[in-house]
Amino acid sequence: MPKVQKTADVVEAARPLEHGTISEGSVEFRVPSDPKILKIIRGGIAHLCELIGFSEPESKSIMLAVDEACSNIMKHTYAGAVNRPIVVSCSMLGNGIKVVLRDVGKKVSKHKIKARELDEVRPGGLGVHIIQSVMDEVFYDDACTQGNCLTLIKYLQHKKEDL
Amino acid sequence: MIEVSVQDVGNAKVLSITGDVDLYSSPEVRKELMALTDQKVKNILVDLNKVSYMDSSGVATLVEGLQQIGKYKGKLALFGLHSVVKEVFELSRLDKVFDIYPDQDSALEKLS
Repeated sequence: MPKVQKTADVVEAARPLEHGTISEGSVEFRVPSDPKILKIIRGGIAHLCELIGFSEPESKSIMLAVDEACSNIMKHTYAGAVNRPIVVSCSMLGNGIKVVLRDVGKKVSKHKIKARELDEVRPGGLGVHIIQSVMDEVFYDDACTQGNCLTLIKYLQHKKEDL
Repeated sequence: MIEVSVQDVGNAKVLSITGDVDLYSSPEVRKELMALTDQKVKNILVDLNKVSYMDSSGVATLVEGLQQIGKYKGKLALFGLHSVVKEVFELSRLDKVFDIYPDQDSALEKLS
């Protein structure tokens, strides 16, 4: 039987789980900034949204917005490097879903992140527009000391009407 | 994994895509599409029947193809869009920019 080499990955996998409990309605993806991973995140987000009670079209739209946010981190913040960390934390709210995306890349000024004008037909720059169109709340956390922290919230339609 | 194939149908080349088109796979679509525009193919139809997901990088690839084909007055049209793919075009307001048809026959008919 070949001896398993104790690489950094093996050490990380063997790290003991923190004690305590985890909130029933929370799911976290800790992934490398490799575009191959996007499909896995999409599957998780879509399924979680359906559990919360979003319709299939709404779930797919939220999945698209989260995918665009992850892609932006991969393309712009990490400039295509495939081994940098991205953490996608999802919380089931009583009336929707909150998704927080964190990276440890170069800090991006939130004033520079704008949806582009759609009148001009050109490739690229559509991700921010799609995120803002789909989600009810989109904001960057200035208090995030390292890297960037983007929060996306989508409310269930019938719960939103009750507010 | 994504699969991209090209075949001659009538007076057009049909670029058929199977799989999700995202940041990972869109370079493969771009490579095949740009190969057609480099050859100045007059009519290109993109078959999206087997694409269940497309993000803005996929849309950007098709916009680039549209711009390239416009340079030599060719035509590029799309058909077979699923609702989730159609939504991306609508959100980007590109559904009015592309010629979009329900199926291959209606797309070919418009080209002829």
